[in-house]
Amino acid sequence: MNHTLSRWLSDYGMIFVLLLLCAFFSVVTYTEQSPTGEAAAHQVVSAIRQQFGTTPRVLIAASDQPGDAAFAVAVEKELSASGAQVLATVQGEPKHAREALVKISASGVQLDAIACTQAAGAWRVFSDLKADFPALGEPRLMTPRSYRWPNFLKSENLLNIANQIAVIAIVAIGMTMVIITGGIDLSVGSLLALSAVLTAGFIRDFAGGVTASSGGMLVACLAAITLCGFIGAFSGAMITRFAIPPFIVTLAMMLVGSGLAYILAKGQSIYQLPDSFVWLGRGADLMSLPNAVVLMLLLYALAHVLMSRMKLGRYLYAVGGNAEAARLSGVPVNRVLMFAYVASALLAGLGGVIMASQLKSGSATYGSMYELYVIAAVVVGGTSLSGGEGRMFGTLTGAFTIAVIQNGMNLTNVESYTQKVVLGLVILSAVLLDKIRHGR
Amino acid sequence: MTGNAPASLLEMRGIAKSFPGVQALRHVDLSLRSGEVLALLGENGAGKSTLMKVLGGAHRADAGTIVIDGRQVSFQSPQDSRGAGVAVIYQEFNLVPVLTAVENMFLGQEVTRAGFVAKKMERERAAALFKRLGVEVDLEVPCRRLSTAQQQLVEIAKALAFEARIIVMDEPSAALTSHEVVRLFEIIRDLKSHGIGIIYISHRLDEVFSIADRVTVLRDGRNVGERPIAQITRNEMIELMVGRDLKDEFPARQVAIGAPRLEVTGLRRGGSVRDVSFSVRRGEILALTGLVGAGRTETARLIFGADARDAGEIRLDGNLLAIRSPREAIAAGVGLLTEDRKLQGLVLAHTVRENFGLPNLDRLSARGFVQLGREREELGRYVEQLKIKMPSQEQRAGHLSGGNQQKVVLAKWLARNCEVLLFDEPTRGIDVGAKYEIYLLMNQLVAEGKAIVMISSELPEVLGMADRILVMHEGRVTGEIPEARRATQEQIMELAVA
Repeated sequence: MNHTLSRWLSDYGMIFVLLLLCAFFSVVTYTEQSPTGEAAAHQVVSAIRQQFGTTPRVLIAASDQPGDAAFAVAVEKELSASGAQVLATVQGEPKHAREALVKISASGVQLDAIACTQAAGAWRVFSDLKADFPALGEPRLMTPRSYRWPNFLKSENLLNIANQIAVIAIVAIGMTMVIITGGIDLSVGSLLALSAVLTAGFIRDFAGGVTASSGGMLVACLAAITLCGFIGAFSGAMITRFAIPPFIVTLAMMLVGSGLAYILAKGQSIYQLPDSFVWLGRGADLMSLPNAVVLMLLLYALAHVLMSRMKLGRYLYAVGGNAEAARLSGVPVNRVLMFAYVASALLAGLGGVIMASQLKSGSATYGSMYELYVIAAVVVGGTSLSGGEGRMFGTLTGAFTIAVIQNGMNLTNVESYTQKVVLGLVILSAVLLDKIRHGR
Repeated sequence: MTGNAPASLLEMRGIAKSFPGVQALRHVDLSLRSGEVLALLGENGAGKSTLMKVLGGAHRADAGTIVIDGRQVSFQSPQDSRGAGVAVIYQEFNLVPVLTAVENMFLGQEVTRAGFVAKKMERERAAALFKRLGVEVDLEVPCRRLSTAQQQLVEIAKALAFEARIIVMDEPSAALTSHEVVRLFEIIRDLKSHGIGIIYISHRLDEVFSIADRVTVLRDGRNVGERPIAQITRNEMIELMVGRDLKDEFPARQVAIGAPRLEVTGLRRGGSVRDVSFSVRRGEILALTGLVGAGRTETARLIFGADARDAGEIRLDGNLLAIRSPREAIAAGVGLLTEDRKLQGLVLAHTVRENFGLPNLDRLSARGFVQLGREREELGRYVEQLKIKMPSQEQRAGHLSGGNQQKVVLAKWLARNCEVLLFDEPTRGIDVGAKYEIYLLMNQLVAEGKAIVMISSELPEVLGMADRILVMHEGRVTGEIPEARRATQEQIMELAVA
């Protein structure tokens, strides 16, 4: 009983740390929220209907921020549908609102209500309407009720965290496999950059640039990922055939990959890409989950099954736990190691494609230092650098821990230099915690 | 105090120690007099090692007292224990492989002059110690290049270098040849004459009779007996250890020996294996013996594909096998039970179930997925058959006692149903009860028509278990004794030193 509990804790203890961090940042960022968007619009429209019946005369005002714009559009649609008279819809700055008010005054029509977001409601132009525009009658400012909620826990922030960490988390899948075999892969950051440059370059040069078709883009992405896979196979061959330490081989490939990326991009950013290319990185097709996040979750599920249920997963653990005992038990050690390095390189390549899609360009500067963040995610997730131990979902937890800390510090306006210091200390304490849990 | 009785050097009283789920020691007492060799006996898991780790400062006891020279001591670390004059020489030595004998001897207690290591003084002191021990060890080469026996001498010299009064030797003879054991005993007698008390742990009862003055036996973490060596017989010792009487050390078998199964011709690799040829037949146990380093383990590794051979042919039932890796050997029906189960036989940090599955996953998986149910069920059968003692299949292999670890390794290979099994020191460091079970199992395997090659340095085991004996020396087969039952230890030794 006690044994099961401690085992469970050591496998999933990091989740508690992650939840604690989330709770902490929720408390710290608990503030007044000014609602926008469709929900806020609905609230304002029903308030207007209650006070002024079904045919009020209304001015709609909102800034041109995305949420505010959605609010304005939704209010106009709902009000018009119910028979109200929308005299003007202002989307932009206070001066546009003033122009609209002047125009309505001049036409001699009286105004019942001004439906606006909280931000727009605070515009100076609305502060003393009776004095400024006596001809309008006594219009009331209708704003959605504000409420208190942590900035951290807003759904768009949470999705943002997931989307931000998707690339690192996906690359960390391969890194977890490599580290479980007792190795390390320092080349992933460079391969990510190389893949981004190759993808963008292939689309520009062979698929028709900004007019590229989906099929063309798909082929370009797959080609870039495959080339990364070849580099991983090369690393694996060096490690298995010539017994060069993985640290050295992948350090060399880190330099080679980065250099190749700069050569191919000629030191510039490649941005001749069609708008549809951002589908993978910025799109959100399934229940408003970003596509990259969906892909990440899918890959984690597959990797988890591989590691915990499949023969190959067992072999990966065995090779890291004791390579000689594994070999003498008939495990094809070299093939298993090859698989780990190729998988790591392919996933780094996929990471590069996603990043190119997020940023709608390819550049050799992408992914710099990513190998270290990826290793940090794996280690924080409880995988032992000496090999043979580790869990896929541990790595996912580790990646999210890092993302939550970064995001939380951004929300609380911690300077980026300070963030680095904090992140470094967090990685250290996570590993320390792991050691203490395992009784040193 | 009567005055004429030798003073008590070490008194351990009421020592208790528990680990999660295991009560390893329950109020154990142990006393050691100056100039005495005390044999500490017990099956694996009886608590001998734990007791010695408490004495060596590696574990802290939950209860009990330790008194050395009449002063109560409390060890927080191995350094404390060393400071009190205790040296523990573990079965796996505590030497840094890349450092020389001198550097290892003075590690942590370097002789310094003005902050610099006084290498010359260290070397002189080391040379003097080895001279006192009457042995020669190359002081300048890294310890990894020394033989096992030499490494052990370095450990003993290290203990003398800090003037240890109590020396614990855990299975000191396990990796030594008969000659080296004789030498070790001479050294132990010399240490005795200098008033040093020695705690000697061994499974080899013959040795205990020739070196020990007194015997303390542990079973299941308790004291079960303490006698002067003159007042105990071999059978009594075994009975105390296993808690029941054992009729015979080697079970008899009636197996008809058939046609050759494994045939090896002209096997060769560098200087370690030179032109080795032999065959082993259906239902036969062939012993491969000789001194440590004679090329026995190397021969087995070549057959198994663990190392690449320069030349040689391997046939199974007349068919030529092109074995280039252990994987291919296993597929062909050859299994190797390695000499060192901790380094080569098991993944210690993984569970018993995962270890068991490793060579069997090809059979126990479908379309890449491991069939956990089948794996558990198969392992369950072997756990029952081999009487493996463990809380669950999810127990880490490293937490099992030596005998149970060896049984897990055996289960791995039995499940594989190999036609030819190469057993390299199958009973090393294993208690009497477990040994007997392993012998029974070997008998059962040959009765099923398998062929077994057994590598062993324990001559009684070779004589007791083998049908035929092959003796190796410096990479060559120097002799064959067709009827093992009629052979003598002297006959084997003559061939082994060739």
